[in-house]
Amino acid sequence: MTRYTTATDADREAMLAAVGVSSISELIAEQIPQSLLLDRPLDIPEGLSEQEVYTELASLAARNTSAEDEVTFLGAGMYDHYVPSIIDMLLGRSEFLTPYTPYQPEVSQGGLQVMFEYQTAISELTALPVSNASVYEGPSAVGAAAYLAKLVNGKKRIVVSAGVHPHTIQMLGTLAVGYGSEVVVVPLKDGATDQEAWAAAVDGETSCAILQQPNFLGAVEDVQALSDAAKDDSPAVVIGAYDPLTLGVLAPPGETGVDVAVGEGQTLGNRLDFGGPSFGFFAAREAFLRRMPGRIAGETVDVDGRRGFVLTLQTREQHIRREKATSNICTSQALNALAGVVYLGWLGREGLPELANLLVQRTHYARTTLAAIDGVELLHEQPVVREFALRLPGVDVEQLVSYVQDHGVNPGLALTRTHAGTYDDGLLVAVTEQRTKEQIDELAALIGDAIAAQRGGATSANARTEISA
Amino acid sequence: MSTTENTTGRGTKDVHIGDDSAIAREAVLPAAGGSDPRPLAAPTTSVNPIQRDHATTIFEKSVAGRRAFVAPDAGVPEVALDEIIPAAFRRKAPARLPQVTEPELVRHYVRLSRRNFDLDTGFYPLGSCTMKYNPRLHERVGALPGHARLHPFQTADHAQGALEVMYGLERQLAEVSGLPHVCLQPSAGSHGELAGVLLARAYHEARGEKRTKVLTPDTAHGTNPATVTMAGLEVVKVATNPDGGVDIDDLRAKADEDVALIMLTNPNTLGIFDPNIEEIASIVHGVGGVLYYDGANLNAIMGISRPGDMGFDIVHFNLHKSFTQPHGGGGPGSGPIAVSDRIAPYVPVPVIRREEVPAADGEGTTHRFDLVSDPDRLPDGAPGSKTIGKLRGFQGNYGVFVRCYSYILSLGGSGLKDASEVAVLNANYLLAKLEELGVRKQLPLAFGTRCMHEFVISGGPMKRELGIRTLDLAKRLLDHGFHPPTVYFPLLVEEALLIEPVETEARETLDAFAEALAEILREAGEDPTIAQNAPYSTPVRRLDEAGAAKKPRIRQPIA
Ligand SMILES: Cc1ncc(COP(=O)(O)O)c(C=O)c1O
Repeated sequence: MTRYTTATDADREAMLAAVGVSSISELIAEQIPQSLLLDRPLDIPEGLSEQEVYTELASLAARNTSAEDEVTFLGAGMYDHYVPSIIDMLLGRSEFLTPYTPYQPEVSQGGLQVMFEYQTAISELTALPVSNASVYEGPSAVGAAAYLAKLVNGKKRIVVSAGVHPHTIQMLGTLAVGYGSEVVVVPLKDGATDQEAWAAAVDGETSCAILQQPNFLGAVEDVQALSDAAKDDSPAVVIGAYDPLTLGVLAPPGETGVDVAVGEGQTLGNRLDFGGPSFGFFAAREAFLRRMPGRIAGETVDVDGRRGFVLTLQTREQHIRREKATSNICTSQALNALAGVVYLGWLGREGLPELANLLVQRTHYARTTLAAIDGVELLHEQPVVREFALRLPGVDVEQLVSYVQDHGVNPGLALTRTHAGTYDDGLLVAVTEQRTKEQIDELAALIGDAIAAQRGGATSANARTEISA
Repeated sequence: MSTTENTTGRGTKDVHIGDDSAIAREAVLPAAGGSDPRPLAAPTTSVNPIQRDHATTIFEKSVAGRRAFVAPDAGVPEVALDEIIPAAFRRKAPARLPQVTEPELVRHYVRLSRRNFDLDTGFYPLGSCTMKYNPRLHERVGALPGHARLHPFQTADHAQGALEVMYGLERQLAEVSGLPHVCLQPSAGSHGELAGVLLARAYHEARGEKRTKVLTPDTAHGTNPATVTMAGLEVVKVATNPDGGVDIDDLRAKADEDVALIMLTNPNTLGIFDPNIEEIASIVHGVGGVLYYDGANLNAIMGISRPGDMGFDIVHFNLHKSFTQPHGGGGPGSGPIAVSDRIAPYVPVPVIRREEVPAADGEGTTHRFDLVSDPDRLPDGAPGSKTIGKLRGFQGNYGVFVRCYSYILSLGGSGLKDASEVAVLNANYLLAKLEELGVRKQLPLAFGTRCMHEFVISGGPMKRELGIRTLDLAKRLLDHGFHPPTVYFPLLVEEALLIEPVETEARETLDAFAEALAEILREAGEDPTIAQNAPYSTPVRRLDEAGAAKKPRIRQPIA
């Protein structure tokens, strides 16, 4: 008996008698051929008490360096924003935590109304009229949008800016095999999507054209120009992968020619959690409503005329439409989307632009301060919101990261890890509202020290290279 | 709506349906099934007024000037926005988000929560979904900052604890499935299916074969065929035999050299373990196909039988089913896959590597975990060395891994087996109880005589004899404080009710549920309109779904 199973020996006996067998093994042997019964115990150690499991997981947690343990400037897709306390409380409530997809709307009005409010908030944020109730996470939301484009126009070319997150680009290559599509990557110029190359790449055979705002290097793209160019003479669906918090200051996709806006929802009230769970948002023009993936909550009335909500347009979905469904998604990320809508309500109409402005100001300060360090340059000069890329010519950036980390600060992402061969001397730095001026100054000092240390050691490093060459 | 009299003979009283004032006077929460001995009025109107809230949205509660968020001081010299981001790139009007205070926000969402039925409150025998108890320990360990605030781009040396959790979970899942390699990346079951079908494609294509067909039984969950289409292959349906298993003759007829894979659930969505699985495996392997195991029903066989030993090449797990990740109202889940040696080179990256390294004190060796994304850094034939790429960002739903790893540590190998055994016992006991109470005359078992961890009964006879449908029965169950079983599938059973009682439910709960079914049938014999108009005690009553779809209103208009 485990501490979560309820049947005592006496229960088991009575229940077996009711079933008319003498043991559970007999019940199972009646159904599973002898040759397929595992004839040994699972090779997994005996169970532990609650306190032992807690101790083990706590000691594993202690072996990680989290954003609690160091001052982190790491971003590149997920960011160390403050998660308000009410989110922990609300997400911990049994009524939100433990039910499943609201197939029985009469007893799921809470969850369904949350979806309806979430859809409204995402529509407002993106200035696009329709939103679903969430998909898995950021990159796969882009994959889902590309699938919508394929359903809409049947074309086979996916054009994607090199400014899109490298995980997303790699994932598009994986999914394109299934979609029967090819992926064409448009290079960057001065840190932003090369507009001429983009215009040339998008043609009559293009299914969708994908950009990211701000892009992976933090640059604010000229979205209007990119969507205009993509729509000129092409059936392409313009897909924008957005960082939702930056929409506190940046022009929304619905007002800059984007047809489908998706993105990573982690920054909206979700933890870092080493990459998940978070949620992906998915908003579009009205015309695409019946091709959308995933759950959608709709408003209706009950037999007594009371306002209520249901899952609607289910004839798009796998459980009804099977192989003709608009997507295979079933279980999504409802709880994380709840965190998203609570967070947006917490920020509120005035708070979102205020927070965005705070990010812009602190990031601007950090960018100027770091770029002033001897040996540091800007990788690009495009406008940025909360993240920017630096170049440190001649510096081993991974080694610099490790030096700075040894001093309690994580300076950001060494771009060799995502763009080896392209940005080998690049460093991507993110500044959230949790990073203060003092911490930025400390980062600057440490980067200066790290460069000096590497220069100091350069003689011996050069000597080694000469010997091996 | 008419006034209906209580017909149970237990505590007779008149109730006025649809009259909120009468309801408000009876401010009593509906009893959770099995836990409250009070006689149930039929129809009952015991609804808390809070639950009958007027569904005002947070946007409608917005009042200009109210707020919850207070920004910290920027603390840096303020620069005009125009100098940083050109006006043309900026937002002109703010998003019309709600304007509310924190207390209002909390009250709004807490009140909404009370309009949900949940697993901690009552029995939730939703077939195929494994609604088992979610230990709160998992929420506690998941919230430890070392896990919850760990950045996914943190370097491996600073994430050794997380990589050990993932590596450990991979090993545990490999052992449960009987397959050597695990990839944790997919976000849910259907995402695991997509990974699996793309892996099978890559495997065949690497051998120079272009196979286009995927065999799926007609009992398959909707995600199986939907996934096949997204992976660019074609669904070929295989019939079900009278015992509820795969029709072997039909399978033989359809298994040919174009078959890339077969997707099976075993036990299947009828709760039946296919006794011919070895023959099925040999037929499909015989034509060069791959076997895919939809692990939604793994809760029936943990430590008892293993998909790898049955001949499957690829398995997905639903960590939100068998391994207690809370369902969250529809996620987050997680859908890791386990694969055989021949499929392993193609798995998505990054892969976790465990390396022996010299110990810090210079004596002997210790180990270190690494995350590798570059296939060129992997030995030939190793998992990921010919990767299909990625299915999503980063390495998967780590927060879910922490919970499920904790669960497996809590139960241990023998505890997992006990969980499955009790799940099977509970399902068969409930079947026996339904027989004893005469319920199965009108709700007969669709296939077979026994079941694994779940079973399907058919509401066909009930519909013909009593004039109520499965949906009516489901809605009436809500008045008894139970969440109904799955009623939208499997499609091949008329008026199906797919019931999965799970191992964490007590015998008394199963008894109470069986009695509720018996009572609803008895009541329908006297007056079918009661069930036909149910539910009565819920925050709202039957909703106009057709109307919702006809003219979709999917967002709150904002003035
Ligand atoms: C049999 C079966 N297969 C696949 C799935 C899909 O899993 P998920 O919802 O995690 O995507 C489900 C359940 O939802 C299922 O019951």
